[in-house]
Amino acid sequence: MTALSHGADWDFELIERYDTAIAGVADEFGLDTYPNQIEIITSEQMLDAYASSGLPVGYPHWSYGKEFIRNEQAYQHGMQGLAYEIVINSDPCIAYLMEENTMAMQALVIAHACYGHNSFFKGNHLFRQWTSADAIVDYLVFARHYVMDCEERYGAAAVEEVLDACHALMAHGVDRYRRPAAPTLRAETARLKAREENRERQFNDLWRTLPGTPAAAASKAKREVFPPEPEENILYFVEKHSPKLEPWQRELVRIVRKLAQYFHPQGQTKVMNEGWATFWHYTILNRLHMKGLVDDAFMIEFLKSHTNVIAQPAFDSRGYGGINPYALGFALFSDIRRICERPDAEDRAWFPDLAGTDWRRSLDFAMRNFKDESFIAQYLSPRLMREFHLFAVADRVEDDALVVDSIHDEHGYRRLRRLLAAQYAIENRVPDVQVLRYDRDGDRSLTLRFARRRGRPLSDAAEEVVAHLHRLWGFAVRLETVDGDEQVGRALECAA
Amino acid sequence: MVHLIDRRSSSRGRSAVNRERFLRRYKAHVQSAVRKLVGERRLADIEQGGDVHVPRKDIAEPSFGFGHGGDREFVLPGNREYVTGDRIPRPQGGGSGAGGGDAGDGDSEDAFVFALSREEFMQIFFDDLELPRLARTELGRTEHRTSVRAGYARTGVPANLAIVRTLTQSLARRIAIDGSLRREAEELERAFGAAAAAGRSAHAAHAYAELQRIERKLERVPFIDEPDLRYRNRVMRPEPVARAVMFCLMDVSASMDEDKKDLAKRFFTLLYLFLTRKYGEVDLVFIRHTEDAEEVDEDTFFHDTRSGGTVVYSALDLAEKIRGERYARGWNVYVAQASDGDAFGADPARSARFLRDRLLPAARYYTYLELAAESDSGRSSTLWAEYARVATESGNLAMRRATRRDEIYPVFRELFRKDTQ
Repeated sequence: MTALSHGADWDFELIERYDTAIAGVADEFGLDTYPNQIEIITSEQMLDAYASSGLPVGYPHWSYGKEFIRNEQAYQHGMQGLAYEIVINSDPCIAYLMEENTMAMQALVIAHACYGHNSFFKGNHLFRQWTSADAIVDYLVFARHYVMDCEERYGAAAVEEVLDACHALMAHGVDRYRRPAAPTLRAETARLKAREENRERQFNDLWRTLPGTPAAAASKAKREVFPPEPEENILYFVEKHSPKLEPWQRELVRIVRKLAQYFHPQGQTKVMNEGWATFWHYTILNRLHMKGLVDDAFMIEFLKSHTNVIAQPAFDSRGYGGINPYALGFALFSDIRRICERPDAEDRAWFPDLAGTDWRRSLDFAMRNFKDESFIAQYLSPRLMREFHLFAVADRVEDDALVVDSIHDEHGYRRLRRLLAAQYAIENRVPDVQVLRYDRDGDRSLTLRFARRRGRPLSDAAEEVVAHLHRLWGFAVRLETVDGDEQVGRALECAA
Repeated sequence: MVHLIDRRSSSRGRSAVNRERFLRRYKAHVQSAVRKLVGERRLADIEQGGDVHVPRKDIAEPSFGFGHGGDREFVLPGNREYVTGDRIPRPQGGGSGAGGGDAGDGDSEDAFVFALSREEFMQIFFDDLELPRLARTELGRTEHRTSVRAGYARTGVPANLAIVRTLTQSLARRIAIDGSLRREAEELERAFGAAAAAGRSAHAAHAYAELQRIERKLERVPFIDEPDLRYRNRVMRPEPVARAVMFCLMDVSASMDEDKKDLAKRFFTLLYLFLTRKYGEVDLVFIRHTEDAEEVDEDTFFHDTRSGGTVVYSALDLAEKIRGERYARGWNVYVAQASDGDAFGADPARSARFLRDRLLPAARYYTYLELAAESDSGRSSTLWAEYARVATESGNLAMRRATRRDEIYPVFRELFRKDTQ
């Protein structure tokens, strides 16, 4: 077959031809995607998109302005390049391509975003569970209009105050586990009826004669704690139970909460998501080259960007910015394929269920059923730890130096893998702060509890966050810290 | 099938509204930065954007996060020499981690810096400033309208008929319609002549009949037809009545040293920027004086140097003369004078008298900025004393002193504060 094009220039017709070719290859590999919508934008619009976390529509807020200014400046001073694309988890899947990209870059981006990320959005269980891709854009439009409407009615300052407070609690505005659906009226009636019947069946007048019971029950009911179980979704609790919020303020809280929830899976699947997309652009474009659809110049350019993307600088080199999710994710998925196709003795020992299986099916399974934490815990092989030269450092209070905890050797593999996985666990990134008590019948104060683990304290910003929460709540807010079962330190308090 | 959309031409600057919100939120920082910049800058550079620094702690968006302390492990790539159990001295100053998974956020920067565009800079610069007492010289509406000629229209009243235009149109139309008929007529005439000469009477008769028919047709083409008519068109254009003229008077005598001149220049530059921006219909007159006064253009006023003695009266006299000649009626007159007040002999008293009797009654507002060197601040000049006496009598004379560059802006602000009454 002859190459689709030569040279760097692209036009719309070419993009369509490349897309068709890429779609063909993706189909060969069995990638299941939402329909694609590709939008060509300028670098200026890319900066705009950055500021609103890539969302096509956003409500106005100063923090987005700050983000925009920051990015614009970094970009203009040459400190930061722009992403080649932004892709939105929606149905159809919207991908933004920059007009500055060359044809090779556009093809790379199409393979990466429109087939890689897209299939991940459609397949991964977190996205399936937490985001409704078909409704997000409509919801964003609604949110924007609602916020602007509120600004008109109640003033920009009042809206900003609520949004600021909500943004401070955004990380604590997500459900980590699904809430049971509220029972329908019929189900509720049926349940009550069943209980009633049960009580009638069990009725024994003798119980009544036992001394003391009614009084004890009454006093217990009086001191009933609310909420009965601690609530981890603080914004949800505020939205549902805040004694002072106006209906429109409640709706604003809800909007921020919904957005936080929408982004929740992305934060937990960064390595997987980027790894998956990178793996597929690499695989798809190599396949195109094999078929002769792209020329060597194309491949050279593609490989140059690809290697840039998956570069992992060492911890002590300049420009080290943590573990590169593209590099780690790409290595993991490539490694799974290798273990499936060409396992060695070590792989057979470590991954008996994986070695020698059909790589496409195994990869698909991995993509669908994991998040970063579990994915790394499951699939990080000793070979990769050696390749990345991973080592763990322990930072302990009672020790005046840092201690190398484990390295990529026979004794260290398992612990190293567990530690790296834990690094991606949400509880190690977001402190565990939950709503403990709402004194409904008393002074209406709200008590939060921070469960401190291993002595890691909250940062100083906690005080401001409590102040923000107090603004939303309207009555006193306390934040206590517990370590295990005992309370530590003084509680942060923000009273009216 | 992929859906391709070209968005390049749509909705640029989606973040403009967010940027504006950001600026509004940090207005205090932005304003103090602008003030500082104005104080530091050279004249020619004033009208530019500038950098604003906002302390990072003021701009942070707080959230619950982990602070330093406690036990933790972190995994790093790129091990070369470490083996299990090695001890690494804790890096000083940079917190506890050499860079965990969440490092590299750039805590080292102490301020968030961003650039104001020229427009934003000027907007903030002139915030709340308003020319004092910009009274309308005529009562009633803010603007009145005058009728101005604006080309031609196809409709109108007969009185406005543009005859030449109409005839031009008619001529063009007639040429367009007649042309082919006339050519045909000429041919027939020739044919008729030839036929008549050859004695072929039948042919001649036919040609003659045809000729007659065409001539009748030609007669039916009207000399002037409805579509030819053109009328002079007039539109009503709003004309601002609140015109203002600003006289800028500056002392450039020998006693005005470079520092003082710089201060004066600054004052006028601010004034100038303010006027040219806020009021499109403001005339400016620049008068500089030593022992005698001359009217100069703006560029010379600010950039040309000259030295000599000081006679304030000369400048006032010239200003009054120019006002009488050019701005006698329908103008709001504002005068701004900058001087070091080093006037001698009879000049201060004479100037003050002239000011009271002639200039002040005709002016809406008169500002006097006295520029003193740092060493002699507090000691008032004779001119200041004389002016101060006038100021107690009339309400439209304002006087201020300034000694340092960064005092200019507050002075200016105070002088041109929005009239709160």
